[in-house]
Amino acid sequence: MESIRIQYIAIIGSALLLIFVLFLIKKKRLKEEYSLLWLFFGLVFLAISLWKDALDWISELIGIAYPPAALFLILLMAVFVIMIEFSVIISRHSNWIRKMGQDVGLMKNEIEQLKKKLDSK
Amino acid sequence: MKKNNLSSKVLVVIPAYNEAANIAEVIHSINQEFPHFDIVVVNDASEDDTGEIASQTKLAEVIHLPFNLGIGGCVQTGFKYAFQHQYDIALQFDGDGQHLIREIKTILSPIYDGSADCVIGSRFVQDDESFRPASIRMLGIRLIRSVSYVIIRQYITDQTSGFRAYNKHTIEFLANTYPDHYPEPELIVILGINKFRIKEVFTQMRERQGGISSIPLWKGPYYIIRVILAMLMASLRTKKIHKY
Repeated sequence: MESIRIQYIAIIGSALLLIFVLFLIKKKRLKEEYSLLWLFFGLVFLAISLWKDALDWISELIGIAYPPAALFLILLMAVFVIMIEFSVIISRHSNWIRKMGQDVGLMKNEIEQLKKKLDSK
Repeated sequence: MKKNNLSSKVLVVIPAYNEAANIAEVIHSINQEFPHFDIVVVNDASEDDTGEIASQTKLAEVIHLPFNLGIGGCVQTGFKYAFQHQYDIALQFDGDGQHLIREIKTILSPIYDGSADCVIGSRFVQDDESFRPASIRMLGIRLIRSVSYVIIRQYITDQTSGFRAYNKHTIEFLANTYPDHYPEPELIVILGINKFRIKEVFTQMRERQGGISSIPLWKGPYYIIRVILAMLMASLRTKKIHKY
């Protein structure tokens, strides 16, 4: 009984995660390009909770004695991968912002120079 | 194609962050000594009136950055300006009065005679009493110097000097490629592996007159690790011009 109840909770939990991510995409509060990893891991969690022998199988495969530990491993991996993706995105954005700041500065200066030229005519 | 000293268009790039105390004097003295040089002050979103004071001198173009980019992004803006306006030589000169006007000639001469693409004004090339950094700092300087030597096989003693001159070819490169934070040592590696000829010349420097050091002592270990990581990573990007 216990294991069936936890399975239901797991299925509902993963389904809610998937629905929430899809909802955010629909509302345009999350871009598709940044949501792929969330959807992927949402599906992984759903798969694990539907196919309940999966955890036992995985833990045996990689030599984990206590199957719930495999779950923690998968969770941690998901968080790590998603956070690395965030760092990459942040770095890319900070490069864009830097370039934009430089261009704004240069363009303001160019406008000033052009204004001066016009005034002196 | 060698140009003589007078026909070369020289741009002095002054990165400035909260340098209201010194900036006007620096601009005036450069203009007095070298009236044919153009000056551009890149105001890195200073909180004081550095930008206004620089504009009021009427001797320098001022670029106001909309937000603080840090020294790398700030200086690079100057090189982008130099590239857009087709300058032959760009001279990076600090706005805090640390660099001496009379040393500009020393730093430019290897560019004028075509013997280097990049010249670094160094506090250390000759033993001089005028500048002695704290000894713990010296340890970090030695470490960074060794890593740099291993990568580019050339000793650059003053890795962090911001007193530098570049020729036209290098300006174009820098307008596209410039490291971000604490950029000076990393830039040496990038220029070295891209086969730019780097030369170091001895220049006297004054103790800082105003402002605070960009690296407080307690940040030392963090700075060193970050710089060395950046240098090693830059060395792995061999010769691929990396656009930031």
